[in-house]
Amino acid sequence: MPSAMSTSRASATQPAAPGPGAVPEAAEAPALEIRGLAKTYQRKGSAEKVEALKGIDLEVREGEFYGLLGPNGAGKSTCIGIVTTLVRKSAGKVRVFGVDLDTDPTALKRLIGLVPQEMNFNQFEKPLQIVAQQAGYYGIPWKLAKDRALECLDLMGLLGKKDQVSRSLSGGMKRRLMIARALVHQPRLLILDEPTAGVDIELRRATWELLEKVNRQGTTIILTTHYLEEAEALCRRIAIIDHGLIVENTDTRTLLAKLATETFVLDLATSVAEAPRLDGFRCRLRSDGSLEVDVERGQTLNALFDQLGGRGHQVVSMRNKANRLEELFVRMTEESRRAAGGQDDTAPPLAEGASEGDSPS
Amino acid sequence: MSSVRPAEAWVGFVTTVRKEVVRILRIWAQTILPPVITTTLYFIIFGPILGDRIGQMEGVTYLQYVTPGLIMMAVITNSYQNVVSSFFGAKFQSHVEEMLVSPMPDSAILFGYAIGGVFRGLLVGLMVSLTSLFFAALPVAHPMLTIAVAVLTSVAFSFGGFINALLARNFDDVAIVPTFVLTPLTMLGGVFYSVSLLPEPWRSVSFANPILYMVNAFRYGILGDSDIAIGLSLLILSGFIVLFYVAALLLLKRGTGLRA
Repeated sequence: MPSAMSTSRASATQPAAPGPGAVPEAAEAPALEIRGLAKTYQRKGSAEKVEALKGIDLEVREGEFYGLLGPNGAGKSTCIGIVTTLVRKSAGKVRVFGVDLDTDPTALKRLIGLVPQEMNFNQFEKPLQIVAQQAGYYGIPWKLAKDRALECLDLMGLLGKKDQVSRSLSGGMKRRLMIARALVHQPRLLILDEPTAGVDIELRRATWELLEKVNRQGTTIILTTHYLEEAEALCRRIAIIDHGLIVENTDTRTLLAKLATETFVLDLATSVAEAPRLDGFRCRLRSDGSLEVDVERGQTLNALFDQLGGRGHQVVSMRNKANRLEELFVRMTEESRRAAGGQDDTAPPLAEGASEGDSPS
Repeated sequence: MSSVRPAEAWVGFVTTVRKEVVRILRIWAQTILPPVITTTLYFIIFGPILGDRIGQMEGVTYLQYVTPGLIMMAVITNSYQNVVSSFFGAKFQSHVEEMLVSPMPDSAILFGYAIGGVFRGLLVGLMVSLTSLFFAALPVAHPMLTIAVAVLTSVAFSFGGFINALLARNFDDVAIVPTFVLTPLTMLGGVFYSVSLLPEPWRSVSFANPILYMVNAFRYGILGDSDIAIGLSLLILSGFIVLFYVAALLLLKRGTGLRA
């Protein structure tokens, strides 16, 4: 983030006489603390009730980059909606940096920046106006609001588009505009609900770098995403939510260690007519001439390469067949579904765009 | 206990007003021009074309008599229409969430939109008033009262438009009240005639129409003559402002039409 923003953010955490948009410091409190959070919706036009959240507990520590994963309809957006006050909870407690949602929602709102899943800005307004207005809603006077808006637009690479009607921006630019808008009041907790949906891979990577930068500067980030490689690349801790319950909540490394088998795709220097027989490894020949090898937990890649080398095969490149987290995610949500009695009213949990062989190792 | 900061709320309110004013001026061909053209047509019809045949009413020419009502009709319609279309548009496009996730108090959101409605209502009212000078002389007997009634009426209907926007679920709901309630009440609210000319029971029925009091209070401010006591008109007008404000604020606090 530009130095000016960093400076004013630092001053915003001073306990005495906080400036516009500043928030109080609550020492040692988690960035987000959720206890027994439940939400029951009444289905329109019927007496039927739907439990979107069934009493979940969650804790996100300050400074974390936290992933909230789940299939469509799992309860992720409801959870975010409650934290950001857009959805009213049925039961439970929500605290952000120690500020209780029930007792002081206004103070809680000052601490959060939200990048929603859907485009929710006025398409007829210009980026500078949209971002500066958002700062104004947080009590930042107009001149300072405009300065901060320009900084945030610059950070997102949108400075050249500041006076262009936002409707004419590309999809990726619109997503970045929403991130700029969420950052303008310098929130301590940034919540992103699928921020890179529909964004091309180059722009997605650029957004990742940017979010990591924001996180390094002290902003706690909660990310929901369908791109599981995104969660694996960015998030240090991950919760998987399904059918309104948290089915897993741990650090990414521990989560990935639960994966019993990984499948790798190996490209060989010279093509082979059939898959070689390898001791201890299941190996298959793919239609493009590459090999697909299952590696169990405890087996090493060195052992695999030794065997291939011994048979005269040179490996020129390798990659995961599927994203590792995706394999775990599918397994866990399937287990959760079985535990819920086999009900399945959600879309398949596979990541959009994460097709076979597309995920880099 | 909620930690609302007055200075922060004020900036939020000013930001909302600025946004609304910019919107109104940006789309002036939709917000300012049409009502001025429509009212000019009324002036032409009730002035040179029909006015001379109708003769005098309550001691003034017919065009002079209807002009305050036509101005008030423009103020009411535009104040209401501005808030209902702008706030429902914000709901429809979901950018109302920009405000809902911010620490802005509900009252700042409500007043921000209402002042936007008042701005448009009074701007159109002023344009219509200036246009009317090409057709009829307006003596303006009580200038301060005239301005006060215009402002209060505009405030009342801006709050009314806000309620409509909160309750509306689709664009039909946005059009229903202006088309089927507001326009008939305004047309039958003594804009084109004096209620003293009506036979019973229509005369008594007309007194149940709140717009009658607003039109007559404004007419009193301009022409110095009214069918109804000015004190009663101001009392009813104030009552509607309080009623609409409280209703709009309660709905907003409950999150009606906004929060799941």
